[in-house]
Amino acid sequence: MTTIKEPLRPDDYLNAGYGVKSWLLTLDHKRIAILYLISITFFFFVGGFFAVLLRIELMTPAGDIVTAETYNKLFTMHGIAMIFFFLIPSIPAVLGNFLVPMMIGARDLAFPRLNLFSWYLYNVGGLFTLYTMTTGGIDTGWTFYAPYSSSYTLSDPVPVVVGIFVLGFSSILTGLNFLVTIHKMRAPGLTWFRLPLFIWASYATSVIQVLGTPVVAIALVLLGFERLTGVGIFDPKIDGDPILFQHLFWFYSHPAVYIMILPSMGVVSEVVSCYARKKIFGYNAMAFAILGIAVLGFLVWGHHMFISGQSVYAGLVFSALSFLVAIPSAIKVFNWTATLYKGQIEFRTPILYAFGFIGLFTIGGLTGLFLASLATDVHLTDTYFVVAHFHYIMVGGAVMGYLAGIHFWWPKITGRMYNEAWAKFSALILFVGFNLTFFPQFILGYMGMPRRYYVYPEEFQVLNVMSTAGASILGLGYLIPMIYLTWSLRKPKTAGNNPWKATGLEWTTVSPPLTHNFDSVPTVTTEPYLYDDTDDASGSAGSAGSAGLAGLAGLDSSARAALPPHPKEVKRGRS
Amino acid sequence: MWNFPLLPEAASTVATEIDAIWWVLVAVSIFFGAIIVVGLVYSAVRYRRGSKASRAGAMNDNLLLELSWSIIPLTIAMAIYVWSSKVFIDMHVAPPGAMEVYVVAKQWMWKIQHPEGNKEINELHVPVGKPVKLIMTSQDVIHSFSIPAFRIKQDVLPARYTTQWFEATKPGEYHLFCAEYCGTSHSGMVGRVVVMEEADYQNWLAGRRGADMMAGSGEKLFAEFGCQTCHRQDSGQRGPALDGLFGSIVTLSGGDKVAADADYLRESILNPGAKVVKGYQLLMPTYRNQLTPEQVNELVEYVKQLGGIKIGENKR
Repeated sequence: MTTIKEPLRPDDYLNAGYGVKSWLLTLDHKRIAILYLISITFFFFVGGFFAVLLRIELMTPAGDIVTAETYNKLFTMHGIAMIFFFLIPSIPAVLGNFLVPMMIGARDLAFPRLNLFSWYLYNVGGLFTLYTMTTGGIDTGWTFYAPYSSSYTLSDPVPVVVGIFVLGFSSILTGLNFLVTIHKMRAPGLTWFRLPLFIWASYATSVIQVLGTPVVAIALVLLGFERLTGVGIFDPKIDGDPILFQHLFWFYSHPAVYIMILPSMGVVSEVVSCYARKKIFGYNAMAFAILGIAVLGFLVWGHHMFISGQSVYAGLVFSALSFLVAIPSAIKVFNWTATLYKGQIEFRTPILYAFGFIGLFTIGGLTGLFLASLATDVHLTDTYFVVAHFHYIMVGGAVMGYLAGIHFWWPKITGRMYNEAWAKFSALILFVGFNLTFFPQFILGYMGMPRRYYVYPEEFQVLNVMSTAGASILGLGYLIPMIYLTWSLRKPKTAGNNPWKATGLEWTTVSPPLTHNFDSVPTVTTEPYLYDDTDDASGSAGSAGSAGLAGLAGLDSSARAALPPHPKEVKRGRS
Repeated sequence: MWNFPLLPEAASTVATEIDAIWWVLVAVSIFFGAIIVVGLVYSAVRYRRGSKASRAGAMNDNLLLELSWSIIPLTIAMAIYVWSSKVFIDMHVAPPGAMEVYVVAKQWMWKIQHPEGNKEINELHVPVGKPVKLIMTSQDVIHSFSIPAFRIKQDVLPARYTTQWFEATKPGEYHLFCAEYCGTSHSGMVGRVVVMEEADYQNWLAGRRGADMMAGSGEKLFAEFGCQTCHRQDSGQRGPALDGLFGSIVTLSGGDKVAADADYLRESILNPGAKVVKGYQLLMPTYRNQLTPEQVNELVEYVKQLGGIKIGENKR
């Protein structure tokens, strides 16, 4: 990663040490973020590989390329890899790790050693699970429903459950680290309502990670315990209760969706505001909507269980609460739209991804109403409608947001700029490929095709072929960024400290940042997103970014002096 | 492959109600989706960097606007909630007099028992225009009995009954799916629902009838397993008599009251200690490993018809 051609600048974090040891034993939150980036990218492509096989198998109604058992293992492993090893850690562990201290003007996270330990836990859990997947695998679905998982499956879920249990601690500890950091280490003057919305989102996400993850850990421990000892917990044959497992599982796994989507919402808020050159519309409502979603997210798990045998009364309560979640979500979407209104919108790659996020999240959210509504849920649950819905949220939403963030902060993280044309092209390809893959699945679900079906009636084939065709485009869309982002690392670090002229403390330091982030502790005197410099032609590049951030002038100018001016900034100094 | 419908068949009374909610939700989604898309595209084009459009009056806050786009969606959501919940409740309350059919799920097949004694596997024959209540249980893992054309689906659980009902409106054949993942051949746990005109249905019943009605088989089991030694009016104080039991309210030894429904009967056969009737000792052994789920269904059907209703005089 350090194929550097430009003169060395020993003060940036990428140059702070060389060799494997300087990375594997680093306590720098920025380096740990890079480690996570590599790990989760690996698991993303592992999960993606499983998805490719699933989509190829589903091109024809009959079973062709794999057996039913293998198919069942593939969708199980696709779900486990994507949810536990990619989506949940994606934004928090990569962008959160990198940005939380920088955005609040801190030197590092509160517990750097714990942070590194979390990465090791993640890898131990992840690689152990991957090992068990490749030596037998499990076929329970990522939902592990008992009593199938506890008493009936011929595969062995215990090692996988152990792997996820270990990994869960990585998530809990990261959340804990963020909570303490955000509470205790904000720069002077950075009050709660001056925080960037990404910090609010990271904060709410961390609360969910800390409160929710132990519950799924308990569920998985009980599952393993029942399987190993035969003590009845979930299997009614030995006096257990199978619905209990579903309650414990979804008590975490529904909020887990918000672990995936809230950070993306934070990213999108930063990106939309920056490229519209406009303060985010309704900042307070946006912050409270994040908290509202996080709190309500804990109260709606029963909507996964409307037909499970849960009582009708419980269904009525969970349905009402689920509808309520739609309101803060709607507020966020409307407020992003309103932020763009009368802005100065510049179409750079990150906002294209953010547009993709808003559009796809809106579809994902609206189709969520069909599943919150009791009567329609009866028909749609456990069908491809659900599959389409959660992919719109988790891939169309969370992954688009993740890519928006990666592209937005890439110049800050690496000091390099990627090829903008390729980046825009891939954003377009992903949007088209995504919709072609998953929109047909809404129709399949309404037609009644159940999920997790290895063979299916032939009237569903046309839509399945469309979906597979879309998936091939989607897959391409994920490979292209891999290539041009990696390629950009060959270039010199000339991205500039603040190529987007964004506000926020992270843009006031050099790119890539110094190991200690800031030379002096920044002081914050104003609210965030002061983009109301509609006079874009002012010419003083970077002034928008550091406007109102007193105490930074020295750092900004000295850091800047060390750098050649970015060609784009020179060019833009005009019109 | 070129059989390519885009709308599912609607063949039950509830299907049309659910489709109505579906289409309203589709309309609501298109409406709000269009607001967002139009808003995004309008702003993106008109307020692109460098455009001449006036930015005068740009807002960062507007309480009225924010309240309206919170309260209007909330109102719409609550209206749909109430409507949908009403249909959901109706879907859970079978009309009195609905004909009953028992379903036993196992990896990977559906076993159907009609009270008339007819048995089927992976097929369910029902008459058109009559409410049918399914009383379902599983002998292993969780399954889900799903008929998309009827828009109904209910998980089928081990060790308890779950129920759902429907009234078919069109004769024909429809898919029956297992919708809850249940292992290797989950996608092979499929079958068909055959909806017939009443006369055809009666012919089918008569032509395929088993040796005994379910209650008759239950009566034989009742004798075979020695149930009558304790559960007859004349059997002293050992066990509560069962005549007229079904549908009544039973007081338990702890003072709680429960309704004597099918689930109660089933639990009392398989796990007698769970609910002991007031005034009785727990003398009964469990029959958990001695009776198949089908046999339990037959005993329940028998007990159901003791007392008030005579055997063979089903409620249809």
